[in-house]
Amino acid sequence: MKDSSRRGFMGKAFGAVAGVGAIASLYAMKKTWDPLPSVKAAGFTTLDMSAYKENELVTEKWRGKPIFVLKQSAEMMKKAKANPKDMDRLIQIGDAYFMVCVGLCTHLGCIPGYDSNEQTFLCACHGGMYDATAEVTKAPPPRGLDIPPFKIDGNKLVLGEEGPEYKKMLESGTTLKV
Amino acid sequence: MAHFTKATSVHDWLNQRMGIDTLRRVMATEYWIPKNINFLWAMGMVLAITFGLLLVSGIFLLMYYQPNVATAFDSVNYTIMTEVEFGWLWRHVHGVAASVVFLIIYIHMFTGIYYGSYKKGREMIWISGMLLFVAFSAEAFSGYMLPWGQMSYWAGMVITNLFAGGSLHADGLVEWIRGDYVPAQAFLNRFFMLHVLLIPLAILGLIGLHFGALRIPHVNNQDGEDIDFDAEAKKYLDGDKAGSKVIRFANDFMAKDMMVVGIYLIFFFYLVFYHYDFAMDPVNFDPADGLKTPAHIYPEWYFLWSYEILRPFSTDIGLIAFAFAQVIFVLLPFLDRSPNTIPASRRGLFNLWFWAMLIDMIVLTAMGKLPPEGIFSTIGLVAALTFIGLWIILPFITKNEKAR
Repeated sequence: MKDSSRRGFMGKAFGAVAGVGAIASLYAMKKTWDPLPSVKAAGFTTLDMSAYKENELVTEKWRGKPIFVLKQSAEMMKKAKANPKDMDRLIQIGDAYFMVCVGLCTHLGCIPGYDSNEQTFLCACHGGMYDATAEVTKAPPPRGLDIPPFKIDGNKLVLGEEGPEYKKMLESGTTLKV
Repeated sequence: MAHFTKATSVHDWLNQRMGIDTLRRVMATEYWIPKNINFLWAMGMVLAITFGLLLVSGIFLLMYYQPNVATAFDSVNYTIMTEVEFGWLWRHVHGVAASVVFLIIYIHMFTGIYYGSYKKGREMIWISGMLLFVAFSAEAFSGYMLPWGQMSYWAGMVITNLFAGGSLHADGLVEWIRGDYVPAQAFLNRFFMLHVLLIPLAILGLIGLHFGALRIPHVNNQDGEDIDFDAEAKKYLDGDKAGSKVIRFANDFMAKDMMVVGIYLIFFFYLVFYHYDFAMDPVNFDPADGLKTPAHIYPEWYFLWSYEILRPFSTDIGLIAFAFAQVIFVLLPFLDRSPNTIPASRRGLFNLWFWAMLIDMIVLTAMGKLPPEGIFSTIGLVAALTFIGLWIILPFITKNEKAR
């Protein structure tokens, strides 16, 4: 009995040390899988907003993700003004309004295609649809396309920096943080 | 120290040191297999052989494949396919085997369901088998990433996005899995590691568990007969081979097993040489492009049924339905409340359940391949709801089954 309790103690002591070691190595393993600093620091993208044409979708790139930029035409603005939620999603630069968003479907991340006649986006993967401000109009996507952090700098738009207009969008729930 | 004598032969030398006669007896000559089984009982051996083919072809592919986003596509489609002598052979064997292995797994699974081979002491065989199914699924998915074509990239994007958990928005988890905001170098490298080391190790361990779980309850038979293996083995060893209900695993049963394997291999190599294209999606012959989604993203045929369960619903409900479909088969031994271990044909309502489930999964597979539009959306939704409904009613219909 004495022997077995001594063995029991050694077993428990080993278990305790090994347990601490296991937790420590799990932590190291988790951190090893984290995105590298060089990946995280993948900089900022600056867009010159005077270069875009109305109703012509341009795809830019930010942090490896496609960014949709769509300058709104007068016809599109008429539709957007009928729906206050749509207006909240647009970015005003000078007199022009732009839809700028991450071009990945909020369902499972496919890239929706733009139909410039219908002025709608259709995601071919699971049939989700969005209007010209990238607000969702047909499920399964749970919400409109996400808007990347941006800062208005005169005629330019800096993606990756959080300006006051972007913070307002976050607060009002117009977009989620990307 | 054990007692050793001067060996009379190499066999004797080894036998004294490692007990190879005992090993052979336990593993082969006195491992008993019932006589009343059919060719469907050879699927385990067919799977083992297919896994061997995957391993061997994989070793040769590994010698030229480069897990780098800049060179992966060319290392497969240029180096292995055009420069390496017989590189095409290893690739086509690997691709065809990866697809066919799922066909055999499904046959193996539905054979088990039909004959009730997950009950009365065989629960662990079923559970370890389902764990193997999960491991093979992960192996297939991680392997699909490696050629770094358009389907690799976008399947990687869509499947890793599932881990955001819909409205939970666990984007941090998704980025952690990828090691980047989008599938990129870190992603390709870690899935390469998973495909060639970690998951194959898990599969080997699980195969050991699966075989071990089979040892005590023995294999089932096609008549639902409760065989006393000890008594029947004694009868066989006493010389009444005709009267005994069992035969030796090796070489007697293996002879039949290998004949089925032989026929299978003719079919397999016919596919490898003349029809390998079914396992090669044309879209994946375009290099990965993060700024362009293919018109239709669909998984390989063996994942279509569970993909179709995800698709007709909104994100959250779809994810829940998908998760349900992934785990529910594991619980089969506990959801089937009937005490009968007999073929489905003699189990009344369960027989209907079995065929309804099989047909429903075929319908889900077909709908998963078609674009999610119009009537196909509706059929897919009905089939997905039927799948869930069938599992919910299973305990009730089997509970009232008459004991036979």
